[in-house]
Amino acid sequence: MLQSILFIAVLSASGWFAWKGYGRVWQNIRRGKSVSAAGSSAARWRNVLLVAFGQKKMFKNLLPAVLHLFIYVAFVITQIELIEIMVDGLSGHHRFFAPHLGGFYTFVISFIEILSVLAFFATLIFLARRNLLRVPRFHKPEMKGWPFRDANLILLGEIILIVGIFCMNGGDKVLQSRSVGHYALTGDFAISSWLGPALFGSLPDQAVIAVERFGWWLHILTVFGFLVYLPYSKHLHILLAFPNTWYARLTPKGQLANMPDIQKEVRIMMGLEQPDPEAPAELPEFGANDIFSLSRTNLLQAYSCTECGRCTAACPANLTGKKLSPRKIMMDVRDRTEEVGRNISAGTYPAAEYNDGKSLFDRISPEELHACTTCNACVEACPILINPLDIILQLRRYEILTQSAGPADWLPMFNSIENNGAAWAMSEDRDAWRQE
Amino acid sequence: MLAKTYAEYQSEGKTPEILFWVGCAGSFDARAQKVTRAICEILNHVGMEFAILGNEERCTGDPARRAGNEFLFQMTAMMNIETLNMYGVKKIVTACPHCFNILKNEYPELGGHYEVVHHTQLLQDLIHSGKLQLKGGGSFKGKRITYHDSCYLGRANEIYEAPRAVLEALDTDLTEMKRSRKNGLCCGAGGAQMWKEDEPGDKRINTERVEEALSTGTEVIAANCPFCITMLQDGLKAKEKNEQVMVYDLSEMILNNIQDS
Repeated sequence: MLQSILFIAVLSASGWFAWKGYGRVWQNIRRGKSVSAAGSSAARWRNVLLVAFGQKKMFKNLLPAVLHLFIYVAFVITQIELIEIMVDGLSGHHRFFAPHLGGFYTFVISFIEILSVLAFFATLIFLARRNLLRVPRFHKPEMKGWPFRDANLILLGEIILIVGIFCMNGGDKVLQSRSVGHYALTGDFAISSWLGPALFGSLPDQAVIAVERFGWWLHILTVFGFLVYLPYSKHLHILLAFPNTWYARLTPKGQLANMPDIQKEVRIMMGLEQPDPEAPAELPEFGANDIFSLSRTNLLQAYSCTECGRCTAACPANLTGKKLSPRKIMMDVRDRTEEVGRNISAGTYPAAEYNDGKSLFDRISPEELHACTTCNACVEACPILINPLDIILQLRRYEILTQSAGPADWLPMFNSIENNGAAWAMSEDRDAWRQE
Repeated sequence: MLAKTYAEYQSEGKTPEILFWVGCAGSFDARAQKVTRAICEILNHVGMEFAILGNEERCTGDPARRAGNEFLFQMTAMMNIETLNMYGVKKIVTACPHCFNILKNEYPELGGHYEVVHHTQLLQDLIHSGKLQLKGGGSFKGKRITYHDSCYLGRANEIYEAPRAVLEALDTDLTEMKRSRKNGLCCGAGGAQMWKEDEPGDKRINTERVEEALSTGTEVIAANCPFCITMLQDGLKAKEKNEQVMVYDLSEMILNNIQDS
């Protein structure tokens, strides 16, 4: 009874905090411009199934893909056990499903146990890769401080989660064999039926009961902890990867989004279209300088990014020592979105006509934007179809069209296209080559 | 004559089969002009009636658009579309993958709808349909060659196999670089980088790419883009390897190995 009350209290508290956390992310993403997801929804579902659910793009690099798959499948399958923990926690039962499912129960829990062991070792290897092997992409400047700790915290959380499962199941198996109290027979679990006796077999009954309860609470408290922590962590990708792949654009990577406003202006200028007499005389701002002028898809992508750095590792500019890092672009957008959200909810600045005197350009320098070759390597590298290039190009558009800034080197090219119709100013004819 | 303009065809009362979009590099850059001529000679050899726009062709606007200058892009694109639509152009072959990408993917939204192919795709078609017969044991037979995927033909439009099929027809010993196809490394020129100095860094991107190409022990780097060719040649020059290793466009390699009919 006491445990049930405690459980309901913890459940409600974490539910409330989670509601606030996810609600914040939801509201923040909606500060971007709304866009319609064009193209066939069949193709979008295909992306969700293959890329998010099937992790197709992870398999470009086999070892991390397999290790990641262990953790991912263990996570998904463990949700089944979580249902029982919830039922037990709320109702005060112990292993509610065991008597009803019989051998199938044994199979499911065994399956979870085997995956948990695989996930355990995968997590250890991931910790070693991050902290001992020093894989370069985990140690770029943008990973200093919180992002690096965030990654380790998550991995540590996974270890605790799995330790919880095996304390719980292992203790349970020992208690079953001793016919203590209410511990229903579950059949032999693949791991804990030997691990349990090996670890806890020599302990007295009361101690084993304590171990079992400790494991149960450790597991569920870590799960609740995750739930509340996720909306503040890069680890949010475990949820947002799914909508993110659904909203990913379906057009060829080389296709740059059109700007219909400018198209209209130019058509009017060239006499191809009549000006709209109702139209405001002042032109709007073009391109993006802040989260409000980016699309909701861009912001969703920023929240979906788990900072793995595959984009940055593939970026030719970053590879050759330039300041540009596509991952940092995504992190900057997310950090700025968070900053704006905090300011609005604290009432520091009103949401309408938001202006705190800052923008994305306080975080992203022209030097970074100008280093991009638009090669799409970052877009191709992302396992969940995030598109840093789309954001880079919108910022470039702002720089050129709204600020009239940009690299001075480009001015002769612009002038030449405008005046000579060629990317270089040449005095000869365009078809001079055919005369020779 | 190497090539006739659309206007010249029109004055003869004829409609050419295809428009050859030469591009700025192909028109003005001495190295790229060679590729332009090679493509013309191949098309003439197979008897395909093709036209160029000559002085009526303008920059497609790719560097302007990638730099962020949408006004300039829209202006130059609109003028091109007016010209193309006035002549009733249906099909276009481009020498440059940047022109290819923008004509194929970005002109339709502006009212320019054409069937667009890159010259490597056309070459593959001509070889496979038997219209273009290559010498058995041509000059590249058994030679170690590596192929550099341009970003705008490769990742941007996922055309990886047509150029390789052309190389296969030449019977080369194709040795892939570690970063190829989807994972191909940029030459460093895209996104209007061609027109500006590099941002501060440790290395030039073309140096990185050329080092990778040299590590395959290649004698020839095959490319499909005038900008890649410039960047790769510059990279080789910086390594003082420009005498030993050649950079060719696929069309040049084909032209040297056409069977005399």
